[in-house]
Amino acid sequence: MAGEPWVIYTDPNKPATPEMIEAIKEKYHLNEPVYVQYYYWLDGALHGDLGNSKTARMAVTQALANKFPATFELAVVATFFAVILGITVGTRAGVRANSAFDQGSRVVSLIGVSIPVFWLGLLIMMVFYKGLGLFTEGWLPGPGRYDVYKYSYSSIHHYTNLITVDTLLNGKFSFFWDSVRHLIAPALTLCFVNLAIIIRMMRSSMLEVMGAEYVKTARSKGLPENVVIRKHARRNALIPTTTVIGLGFGGLLSGAVLTETLFNWPGIGQWAAQAAVGLDSAGIMGFTLLTAIIYVLANLIVDLVYAYLDPRVRLG
Amino acid sequence: MTGKPEVKGNPKKPSSAMAAGMRTSSSLMLVLKPRIRELKFSLHLMSKSVTSIAGMILLALLVFVAAFPALLAEPPPRGDPYVIPQDFDIPVPQPPGEMGFVFGSGDNGKDIYYGIIWGARISMAFAIQVVGISLVIGTLFGLVAGYKGGVIDEVMMRITDIVLSIPGLILVMAIAAVLERNLGSTKIALLAIWWSGYTRLVRGQVLSTRENTYIDAARSSGSGELKIMFRHILPNSWTPMIVQGTMDMGTVVLVLAGLGYLGLGAPFGYAEWGRMVQEGQEYFVTGYWWMTVFPGLAILLFVLAFNLMGDGLRDVLDPKMRR
Repeated sequence: MAGEPWVIYTDPNKPATPEMIEAIKEKYHLNEPVYVQYYYWLDGALHGDLGNSKTARMAVTQALANKFPATFELAVVATFFAVILGITVGTRAGVRANSAFDQGSRVVSLIGVSIPVFWLGLLIMMVFYKGLGLFTEGWLPGPGRYDVYKYSYSSIHHYTNLITVDTLLNGKFSFFWDSVRHLIAPALTLCFVNLAIIIRMMRSSMLEVMGAEYVKTARSKGLPENVVIRKHARRNALIPTTTVIGLGFGGLLSGAVLTETLFNWPGIGQWAAQAAVGLDSAGIMGFTLLTAIIYVLANLIVDLVYAYLDPRVRLG
Repeated sequence: MTGKPEVKGNPKKPSSAMAAGMRTSSSLMLVLKPRIRELKFSLHLMSKSVTSIAGMILLALLVFVAAFPALLAEPPPRGDPYVIPQDFDIPVPQPPGEMGFVFGSGDNGKDIYYGIIWGARISMAFAIQVVGISLVIGTLFGLVAGYKGGVIDEVMMRITDIVLSIPGLILVMAIAAVLERNLGSTKIALLAIWWSGYTRLVRGQVLSTRENTYIDAARSSGSGELKIMFRHILPNSWTPMIVQGTMDMGTVVLVLAGLGYLGLGAPFGYAEWGRMVQEGQEYFVTGYWWMTVFPGLAILLFVLAFNLMGDGLRDVLDPKMRR
């Protein structure tokens, strides 16, 4: 019974009569064959209606709108730190290939792609929440987006649905600080995984670029080595790295299922996992559609960044 | 490029005596000799890289544990050996080293060491099956699509694209939710999507390989389509598959552990590492760290071994980087 798609349209407190169920099935085309149902779904999707989610107990569009900001916040912070660290470390490793620094970064990035993300999250929790026994309270607060016992997100005005931005706009600075502290541990977990991929890509493209003719030319002009690296080599090496960063960001935006589940982060990844387990077909369809849109947008942004980095690429 | 003898640049150039010997030897040796030489050269190159050696040692260790788990941790006389035996006289988790538990124990005297050892067998068998079957399906699809071209290619690749566009973990979770929650359904769910990546990879390789002159030569000398596909195109296209397959052995285990952690993979009490982490998680806060740390470390080492190997193989098998 719980797995039936009509359950969402009934009142959970009143048992539904067979006639009511039949009426619901008729109204929402649940008696039709799958391809007809798919036609109705497509029709609805074109009109901005993705159906109703069984697990979220609300419209799919509304559920996505509610949950996406949490995922977005996490993805932006994680990607920001991964990009800054990854490009710095990757550049250095590529310039000094086979040095101790390069070997070290190789080990870090190999561990990064091999580590189970839920286990890494648990270790980070142990280190930060328990604070290594240095503070009685721990360094960071527990899971979730904010301390639900101290603050109430629903009572402040929602400008963007991003907690960190909304709290600042409302002038609630202690609430802001609390939400930032909640962000650190899950963002760190996701950052490490993406960091590994960015370092690897940056290192290999740096190696390639450092052997190029124009780098030799720049050196023979008598430019200082750091200018050669910063302006001639790194800028060109960034082009292939951008693709990796863009796809990684797209991947995070489409929900980090394991990390969001572990840190009880109310994003779309956690919801997608619940929808998949609860066989919430409307929810899964909506999530898949959103994922596809995100990947298309991420690729578009990557192409735009290409044009900025590489003047040879011209738009339009 | 590796399947064929590449004389150019090889340190051991075939002497005229060797060539004479090859002429008189059987046709089997004609095929095998250059390949054995190639393999030896590849091994020689790999032995120079520290990370490859580390990967090989780690892998050898894991293969040994997966092949002979009963030598290291004796299973109970009856019952499923993959279920960690319980001892209800020890309800409280014991720290490592106490009461004969090398890595400590979980609730009800579940030996963490036992779980790690038998978990290696579960992970290894699972990864070999998923990657092996996917490689076969993906290679056949990609080979046919790339070689035949036209409508067949178009249809096959659109099917592949559809499968590729599905969010993998979510589909696997949905399939695992519909079917019974055990390792068998997880395997079916993963197989349903995993082949698509290989199809894409092989097709791309085949498209460039089939343009070579030696394929025209084979065709004009009257070789059949099947012979061209499997004798000429396939051996010259599978290098990236070997690298990708090796690395995917680790990735599959990461996914398996992730599903186990979410409670969708192996059933409760199984010696599956992800499941063990999940079972230890609630005890983690209370200070029983060994229940999660050791199984997680096992996953890390398993995946790391295959990634190190794949990394080394890529350097060795890539003709641009090897000489």
